[in-house]
Amino acid sequence: MCGIVGLFLKKKELEPDLGRHLSRMLAVLSDRGPDSAGFAVYSQPEEGIIKLTLRGPKAYDWAELKQKLTEKTGLSANIDARDTHAVLSCHPDTSNDVRAALHCTAPEVSVAGSGFSMEIYKEVGRPETVTKRFALETMGGSHGVGHTRMATESAVTTKGAHPFTSGPDQCLVHNGSLSNHNSVRRDLVRQGLKFETDNDTEVAAAFLTAEMNKGLNLGEALERSLSELDGFYTFVVGTASGFGVLRDPIACKPAVMAETNDYVAFGSEYRAVAVLPDIETAHLWEPEPARVYFWERSA
Amino acid sequence: MTRPALRQDSDSAGCIFDLSRTPVRELNQVLHRLTGTTNERHWIILNPGGQHAIGVGVDAPITIEVKGHAGYYCAGMNKQSTVIIEGNAGVGVAENMMSGFVHVRGDASQSAGASAHGGTLLIDGNASARCGISLKGADIIVKGNVGHMSAFMAQAGSLIVFGDAGENLGDSIYEAKLFVRGKVASLGSDCVEKNMTDACKNELYAKLKAAGIAGEAGVSDFKRYGSARRLYNFDVDRAGEY
Repeated sequence: MCGIVGLFLKKKELEPDLGRHLSRMLAVLSDRGPDSAGFAVYSQPEEGIIKLTLRGPKAYDWAELKQKLTEKTGLSANIDARDTHAVLSCHPDTSNDVRAALHCTAPEVSVAGSGFSMEIYKEVGRPETVTKRFALETMGGSHGVGHTRMATESAVTTKGAHPFTSGPDQCLVHNGSLSNHNSVRRDLVRQGLKFETDNDTEVAAAFLTAEMNKGLNLGEALERSLSELDGFYTFVVGTASGFGVLRDPIACKPAVMAETNDYVAFGSEYRAVAVLPDIETAHLWEPEPARVYFWERSA
Repeated sequence: MTRPALRQDSDSAGCIFDLSRTPVRELNQVLHRLTGTTNERHWIILNPGGQHAIGVGVDAPITIEVKGHAGYYCAGMNKQSTVIIEGNAGVGVAENMMSGFVHVRGDASQSAGASAHGGTLLIDGNASARCGISLKGADIIVKGNVGHMSAFMAQAGSLIVFGDAGENLGDSIYEAKLFVRGKVASLGSDCVEKNMTDACKNELYAKLKAAGIAGEAGVSDFKRYGSARRLYNFDVDRAGEY
């Protein structure tokens, strides 16, 4: 099972509602994935700011962490806390120093993702509970992807929840299971990539990043996954400018797309997009197997 | 017997059921209690919202109109009833249908009419992959295109496609009859083009007529596909095809 949602807003004035729509879409897909949930939200980058999404233990004192970091580095960093996660904003030139300081002053905190646009949140529990804890409905942005997980091949943990990120502003959500992820992981480890879990989707995310590091664009990297990744998958990939969709060649896992003048939406089932405005008049279709789709915000 | 969220509409003598207010389970329980002698023969389902299992297992001579998009398995195991979906249908519409008539006015998702034994499934739009998989006797008519692996292991009945068929049509087919007017991307293992005889044209015409769409396509425009029957008995020289 598992459920995937994606939403790409075409108009700037709709951006404040992104989180509200995404949280409703995720709640509908709770019965496809009651184990954990996660989402990545993308918003317009701010000049001179990179965002690190941090993940800490329950009831973590983020204010104290901010104070410690400031004392340690003398750098200015803002921390915006949401439950077990917090977004640390700092200047891109200082982000390596901040990461190093985090590593030694707060080893209990990990960096869940980074980017100029992306914030990423995931946690164990029913999707409607997870989205409430992070107050997803209050988040704005240009586009986002989300996932509800029914675990099959690795443990139900926060780290095993989707989305997976392996590069700045990149994330991947996945419905399906990969059968050759161990051998692909070994190859990627040899290329220097690091892994945090035994999860197959983390391998897919790292694979795409490795391909893009070789100079391919996202579409080309997704094409490569058709020949290199074996198994069942519907992928939705988020980047700073949009999201891409790819289904395996036999289209094992379901996918529905909806498009209006205001948005492009993805759902594992029609039910997930049925909560969106003007869905009655939306163009609805199922993405073709083995075909890469992409929606990008024009610069 | 409780009838939640149900009201009799005196003009059209239809029973209206609003799925935004009442669960599908209650609808299906009410429908399952209907017998051949029921006077409640016209049912209108509002706000389906892509919910699953709408009108599954009905066995009564009634008409059910679904006013919107249906989720998975709509009209599954249908017997006798006419189900009209005024929108798209999710995975497995009319799967294992035994008799009756199911009409999808929009597109159908994967595995439409899977293993259906009897009755007719008419899809106005496209059907995606594995349409008519393991078909066992029903007639499936798709006015648009069908996706890959359609009529996989289809045993009896017919799949009639006005548009194109995706890859591996009729893979490992038994005795189901396939009629395609448009292009076939590729034929699956043991599926071959067969002669479109006058008898076949008459049979096709009768099926279109029974579905009320005889004038919409000329039977001479279709090609017929079926089993080469090479997989029925083990042949070591064809081991790769099994």
